[in-house]
Amino acid sequence: MRRWYVIGAPYIWLLLFFLVPFFIVFKISLSDIATAIPPYTPTLDLSGGWEAIKTFFSELDFENYSFIVNDPLYVDAYWSSVRIAAIATLITLLVAYPIAYGMARAPKDWQPTLMMLVILPFWTSFLIRVYAWMGILKKEGLLNLFLMNMGLISEPLTILNTNTAVYIGIVYSYLPFMILPLYSSLEKIKPSLLEAAEDLGSPPWKAFWQVTFPLSLPGIFAGCLLVFIPAVGEFVIPDLLGGSDTLMIGKTLWSEFFNNRDWPVSSAVAVVLLIVLILPIVLFQRMQQNQAEAGR
Amino acid sequence: MTGHHIARRILATGIAVAAVAIGHAALAKDREVRVFNWSDYIDESILEDFTKETGIKVVYDVFDSNEVLETKLLAGGTGYDVVVPTGPFLSRQIGAKVFQKLDKSKLPNISNMWSDISERVAIYDPGNEYSVNYMWGTTAIGYNEAKIKERMPDAPVDSWDLFFKPEVLAKFKDCGVHVLDAADDILPAALNYLKLDPNSKNPEDLQKAAALMESIRPNILKFHSSEYINALANGDICLAVGYSGDILQAKSRAEEAKNGQVIAFGLPKEGAQMWFDQMAIPADSKHVAEAHEFLNYMMKPEVIAKASNYVSYANGNKASQEFLDETIKNNPSIYPSEETMKRLFVKTSYDAKTQRTVTRLWTKVITGK
Repeated sequence: MRRWYVIGAPYIWLLLFFLVPFFIVFKISLSDIATAIPPYTPTLDLSGGWEAIKTFFSELDFENYSFIVNDPLYVDAYWSSVRIAAIATLITLLVAYPIAYGMARAPKDWQPTLMMLVILPFWTSFLIRVYAWMGILKKEGLLNLFLMNMGLISEPLTILNTNTAVYIGIVYSYLPFMILPLYSSLEKIKPSLLEAAEDLGSPPWKAFWQVTFPLSLPGIFAGCLLVFIPAVGEFVIPDLLGGSDTLMIGKTLWSEFFNNRDWPVSSAVAVVLLIVLILPIVLFQRMQQNQAEAGR
Repeated sequence: MTGHHIARRILATGIAVAAVAIGHAALAKDREVRVFNWSDYIDESILEDFTKETGIKVVYDVFDSNEVLETKLLAGGTGYDVVVPTGPFLSRQIGAKVFQKLDKSKLPNISNMWSDISERVAIYDPGNEYSVNYMWGTTAIGYNEAKIKERMPDAPVDSWDLFFKPEVLAKFKDCGVHVLDAADDILPAALNYLKLDPNSKNPEDLQKAAALMESIRPNILKFHSSEYINALANGDICLAVGYSGDILQAKSRAEEAKNGQVIAFGLPKEGAQMWFDQMAIPADSKHVAEAHEFLNYMMKPEVIAKASNYVSYANGNKASQEFLDETIKNNPSIYPSEETMKRLFVKTSYDAKTQRTVTRLWTKVITGK
């Protein structure tokens, strides 16, 4: 009986907080826009009995999906979001790896403090930190002032309102999500393994590639997913730091929902976004499974 | 006023949720009215005075875009008793049966209202049955005097040429141009400039307006609906197409900061779009009597004058004009001359299909896709 609880809990969680909301969104994506409360039709009226349910289902269709597929805007926006998120994830990895590595190699009694420092930015609101970046990156901002005073540039750089600013924003905001899983997998690697490699004549860089790096792969994948998935649907960072031409699906979804008041089409966009994101998650799951089996 | 900042939007939502939660905890016999208005849009002492006079507690929350308000209203069950949408949104929401008709017998102060404004609002709310005006203003050009003069001594600051002529706007590209990210505000101005009906719902006309925007697009730094207030005030940009009150706010912020930036507001001679923020009572309001008392209080001449003096917007209350500060009443950007008033136009709301066309054209203008 107890075992049943333990197995059942995550499924109930999944059902309540993922599947039920998903089906509500999916149902709206099959309906049509209307001027009413709520702003779509048909709505299910159970008091009408079986007939009402039948007409309700007969009025649902996949029209909104064919609309999304036929207007290149949505494909462009999905593609551009995936590209921006992928590049940002890669940069985050490159920045986070040395930090996590350094943390894992630091003396044991320093590590809790270092961990604390990584988490510390979360104590300030995410929004305020993004605003702070606006102050740093703008034309008369801190970064330009600094570079000009150093004599490195003569003209202020335009960084704010470009994709570069979006990359900076994503890398900065999601860095801890990359560092923490990396750190936890790097920290598990026994120093004796590296000593063994050294004893067998491997230079440090080779030992890194052949021992440390492969053993940290689970951390790399977990970190990349934790950054990539939320970054694809990111709205605040492109809205505040990005330019008007920064095309991301989060912004497209916002304008479908708020400008066009088209709940059905925006729901369809959201469902497709979910499908786009489920693919890497499934791949990751499969990889972890393989690894677990290999390790057995 | 169509869109403000996402940050403030999120803050506003948080405050709203908290306030509603607190509201529920209050004793049921307490009389209260829950008001949902734009951020930075009232002199708070007015609310205190209202509570002192009537004993009705005011739960006051703020939003910063019509879209957010509309989404809440269309989802239903907001818990608010008075909300303040802008004209085209109001009209569509009336169509969706969001509001209840006002009981005019409980609003004796309605006789103070200004017929010039009420008549124009009737396009959105026929017979003024569902709403009364809170504030109104225009969508036009704000600019940095020194920076514009420096780049073009004879700049046509009294005309839309300043913005819509590519060769003129190109001169200001280097000092920064911001435009509202609001198709509903900019495309009508473009149509008007092209001497087409600003209210046109004809896809060909809208195409022409979008093409005009595309011709000046390379000179525009950013489309955003509130960043320009700070950017103008700080001298980060030199030209913005935005709402009258926001531009005047940028002007006074620059004056307060004594940073040497002089911001001016130009109401172009070709005319500009007028907008109206209207107070209305949702159909599912639980404090209908209190909501009427609140509306009636807001139509007292000295009360609404106090609000105008604070926010630098004109109101739709004729009797209030004698209580206005001279600087507000005599400012032609706030209370335009009768002649200018004639050239101001109003825009009705788009149906779903036209709205989609407009949003799609706008996305193409902004992103090139």
